[in-house]
Amino acid sequence: MENLLVIAVGAIFVNNIVLYWFLGLCPFFGVSKKTSTALGMGSAVIFVMTCASAITWPIYTYLLIPFNIEFMRTVTFILVIATFVQLIEMVIRKYKPSLYKALGIYLPLITTNCAIMGVALLNIEKGYSFIGSVVDGFSAGIGFTLALLLMSGIRERLEFANVPRSFQDLPIAFISAALLALAFMAFSGMRF
Amino acid sequence: MKLDELTKGVFRYNPIFYLVLGLCPLLAVSTRVDNALGMSLGVFFVLVSSNVIISLFRHWIPSQVRIPCFIVIIASFVTIVELFMHGYAPELHGRLGIYLPLIVVNCIILGRAEAFASKKPVFHSFLDAIGMSIGFTLAIVGIAICREVLSTGKIAIFGYTIVPTFTQSPSVMMILPPGAFLTIGIIMALINYRSIRKEGR
Repeated sequence: MENLLVIAVGAIFVNNIVLYWFLGLCPFFGVSKKTSTALGMGSAVIFVMTCASAITWPIYTYLLIPFNIEFMRTVTFILVIATFVQLIEMVIRKYKPSLYKALGIYLPLITTNCAIMGVALLNIEKGYSFIGSVVDGFSAGIGFTLALLLMSGIRERLEFANVPRSFQDLPIAFISAALLALAFMAFSGMRF
Repeated sequence: MKLDELTKGVFRYNPIFYLVLGLCPLLAVSTRVDNALGMSLGVFFVLVSSNVIISLFRHWIPSQVRIPCFIVIIASFVTIVELFMHGYAPELHGRLGIYLPLIVVNCIILGRAEAFASKKPVFHSFLDAIGMSIGFTLAIVGIAICREVLSTGKIAIFGYTIVPTFTQSPSVMMILPPGAFLTIGIIMALINYRSIRKEGR
């Protein structure tokens, strides 16, 4: 039985999904201009990532391994995740219109978000149990939201800064991400 | 006209620096030049074959379910690359790790399928895919060269030393995640600087 606290802290801080694994960079730079959109995107990712981890783990363990078709992993996972996101979108639209208004526009973006697929693959590579995978998915979502929120805060401030013309918009965002990643590397000193 | 389909992906509409697509594998794998070359070979194969197949079947795929169809086609080619690399270059396969299956969610490939291959004839899509993968290769290998030189003080591709060791105190930060963000930020700023100078003239 692995230590769930170690998995959670590892996924949020030490091996942050954005700043360590470089996953989900498109939304990280795309929707990090405002704190409010960052929060919406973050909560959608936490929800989908937790559910996707909970679905892909049993499929891999009880369907692909017994039939010796582990090589079908990529095809199966992407199809399951894409179908699942579509399903959530429909269910939320039917039963929770207010939530759909808040999260709706972010859900289609999530299908091609490599962070979801990446976490599902990482759970398998690291050999977590079912509970471990779900905790890892949830914490990775929190880590993504944390990085996105920090980044949107920085970029809101950058609007007022006097940035050289060639560094405006994306280049300065990359440089800030570099400093953020440098700061997060301090967490790699944490040992339990 | 046809040549234009090929060259536009290399510089003018470079997928990385102009369209800002497919950043995840770019930054993660560009720690060493040989990793970058392996990754770009994988992307080259998947992009060219999926673009050609999607363009061939573009009249038969119903537009309501086109995205799932594209994803299945792309995922099959990614699996082929994965199995091939596992068999013939197991060491490279190990170093690329999860980023090899993640080619399937690379926005360049789905983006080209959606924006180009599903509308244009086969030969045009073929040229477009080749141009885009050359653009991707240039970007990833360029970033990998900067990072490998600065982080190890030399460049060695598949065991052959290209640039001999010139410093005893390289900057280890460049091989770590912050180095990747720093390199791409500075390269993008240089490109902007050049286009601003061009406009001013």
